[in-house]
Amino acid sequence: MKNFPRLFYFAAPSRFYWLASKAVPWLYAIAAAFSVWGLYVGFFVAPTDATQGDSYRIIFIHVPAAWMSMVIYMAMAGLAAFGWAANARLASMMARALAPTGAAFTFLALWTGAFWGKPTWGAWWVWDARLTSELILLFLYLGFMALVEAIDDTRRADHAGALLAIIGAVNVPIIYFSVRWWNTLHQGATISMTAAPKMASTMLTSMLLMTVAFWAYAFAVVFKRCSAIVLERERGADWVQALARKEG
Amino acid sequence: MVWNSANDFFAMGGYGLYVWGSYGVTAAWMLLEPVLAARRHRAALLAVSESENESEMA
Repeated sequence: MKNFPRLFYFAAPSRFYWLASKAVPWLYAIAAAFSVWGLYVGFFVAPTDATQGDSYRIIFIHVPAAWMSMVIYMAMAGLAAFGWAANARLASMMARALAPTGAAFTFLALWTGAFWGKPTWGAWWVWDARLTSELILLFLYLGFMALVEAIDDTRRADHAGALLAIIGAVNVPIIYFSVRWWNTLHQGATISMTAAPKMASTMLTSMLLMTVAFWAYAFAVVFKRCSAIVLERERGADWVQALARKEG
Repeated sequence: MVWNSANDFFAMGGYGLYVWGSYGVTAAWMLLEPVLAARRHRAALLAVSESENESEMA
């Protein structure tokens, strides 16, 4: 158990704050660099698709956004649960910081999906299992944010939010497997652990580069928001007062 | 090279509305959200120094 305290070294809000202030500029830089690289490959190297024409190029942001919407939800639910069970304040703060970004990626997955569905299926929206469960994910994020904002007692709000997030987590595997469990209009998984990718390698490269960009972006913006939440909640702490004297 | 001209690029083989409609909204949000997060951080920092000044005067 010698490593146990080191694992949670950055769980102290003051140490997290310091880490975030150092990491955020680099994360934004990584996000920008990978976006430029990914978009270059996606628009200037990857060929026009034989069946979908150039409309398929939406995939380079659609799939990463959809992945982020699910990964962020699981991180949010896990951190909210841990924050409740272990009375870990920073985990609860991080859960709250994740919610708006997760909601945004969910919206973007739906939005780009609509703009891809229209030319390929002939409809902006269909009540298909994949689309409907992703829409439910958006409502779960919005419900979480509304709930934690509506309760004045901060820790009680965290606990109520955690309960909602945990219950809502059953929706994530439903989204993921919906294309297998139901006969849907939405195509199956683009890449999987067990089969070779069903797309040209330059197309795949662009999508994976954009995925790295979205991950770095999400870490950056969530760390920044969480830093703000730390200051809002810990304003009585000595280190926050000292920081405000120095930077305020 | 995939495109013969800039017009060709923006037309996206007839799918310009769909491709740029997707990328435009995504880019707009991903440029706006970092500004909002930075503003919230700045406001939180200011709120701490203001409450500190008040407590010093009291």
